[in-house]
Amino acid sequence: MESLEEIKVRAEAAVPGAKIEIIPNGAVAAQASLLLDHEHAVAVATFLRDDPALKLDHCSNVTGVDWLDRKVTKKVKVKQVVEGVEKEIEQAHDEFFPGYLEAVYHLFSMTLKHGPVVIRMRTPDRAAGARLPSLTSVWRSAEFQEREIFDLYGIKFDGHPDLRRILMWDEFEDFPMRKDYREPDDFEYEPTPHDEVLERAKEHYTPRPEVNETLTPQ
Amino acid sequence: MPRLGAHSENGMTEKIDEGLRSELQKRGVWVTSTQELYNWGRRNSIWPLQFGLACCAIEMIATAASRYDLARFGGEVFRPSPRQADLMIVAGTVTKKMAPQIVRLYNQMPDPKYVISMGACAISGGPFKQGYNVLKGIDRFIPVDVYIPGCPPRPEALLHAFMELQQKIKDQQLSGKNKAPHLAREQPSEFPVPAFGAHDLEPSKNPDVFRPPHLERT
Repeated sequence: MESLEEIKVRAEAAVPGAKIEIIPNGAVAAQASLLLDHEHAVAVATFLRDDPALKLDHCSNVTGVDWLDRKVTKKVKVKQVVEGVEKEIEQAHDEFFPGYLEAVYHLFSMTLKHGPVVIRMRTPDRAAGARLPSLTSVWRSAEFQEREIFDLYGIKFDGHPDLRRILMWDEFEDFPMRKDYREPDDFEYEPTPHDEVLERAKEHYTPRPEVNETLTPQ
Repeated sequence: MPRLGAHSENGMTEKIDEGLRSELQKRGVWVTSTQELYNWGRRNSIWPLQFGLACCAIEMIATAASRYDLARFGGEVFRPSPRQADLMIVAGTVTKKMAPQIVRLYNQMPDPKYVISMGACAISGGPFKQGYNVLKGIDRFIPVDVYIPGCPPRPEALLHAFMELQQKIKDQQLSGKNKAPHLAREQPSEFPVPAFGAHDLEPSKNPDVFRPPHLERT
């Protein structure tokens, strides 16, 4: 199979106006992925599926990722003149990365027996109504998995034929796989609490009886 | 003339003198009481409700099959309808989405009815206890007679629980102060079915049923 760079160049040529970004992966597997823009995502996905050299006809897995807002403090060495002498001084400055929700698709080719190619789409923010284009029209197997992402992360997929909760009940309002999800308070009986459970269970403990420590002088 | 048995407050025979019974049996006279006969009949024909929730159900099936053979103790007739069942074996993880159905099935069973909570999940939520969708034990909604620890418990453990339940039935009183719960008019045989709420089941537990041991902690 051709490299991701070649796929990117060919896809951008095939779909005019498409902006594809290669997301490197710093882990050992180094499995880079393609970030699609929302507007041309369906067209690019159709190209990946139908191109005779790629034929990525099997979408094996779709999953969501929740990226929180993060702040990275970087230390930069700056040359400054202090008391007439030039010195190198370390200056810390914060870099802010806003959080977003992500849908990741793993694609394989059954016909040509190659893969995976990983594609991603990102929402602009982590708001509850965050939207992404649905790729169910391209790969039918994405239907239930996009519903699962909607259920657990709250991403709405435009163009999905039947976007309902799939695991949780319809009346449920939270998105439990989001990192800021907090479970309902049913920690009243925890015989072996630890870590976070201990903190939650402590709220149910009977308050320590007040001891009158001020001794009255005799 | 020796007394045949001790009489309780309301005149019902509760206990037969063992020596006298053995003596009579040697002469071909078999003596029993209504209570003994009644409990003997019931405990040797416990029909479980046929349903399984997770991997514990596989062990339950193994228990019912030829190798472990629950039929030896009278529990072989798994009924596909709660109307014909005496025993509910809660075999597996009870998800919050499933809990109302379990309570509803329990309510549909005729009295006298018993519950075996099989495995770590049905007892407390087990390894999924901190999950967002797992009930922390079925005893939050329905009364449980026998708990079997294990993940999953071996078929021998289920047989043991079954025999414990038989022992319990054997000792149940038909009258008097300590009569069996299903004979006491004031004891409920149905319990409210929880509703699906916005964050959790509503209510998340039934305080009339769920009375965990008090943990002395401050």
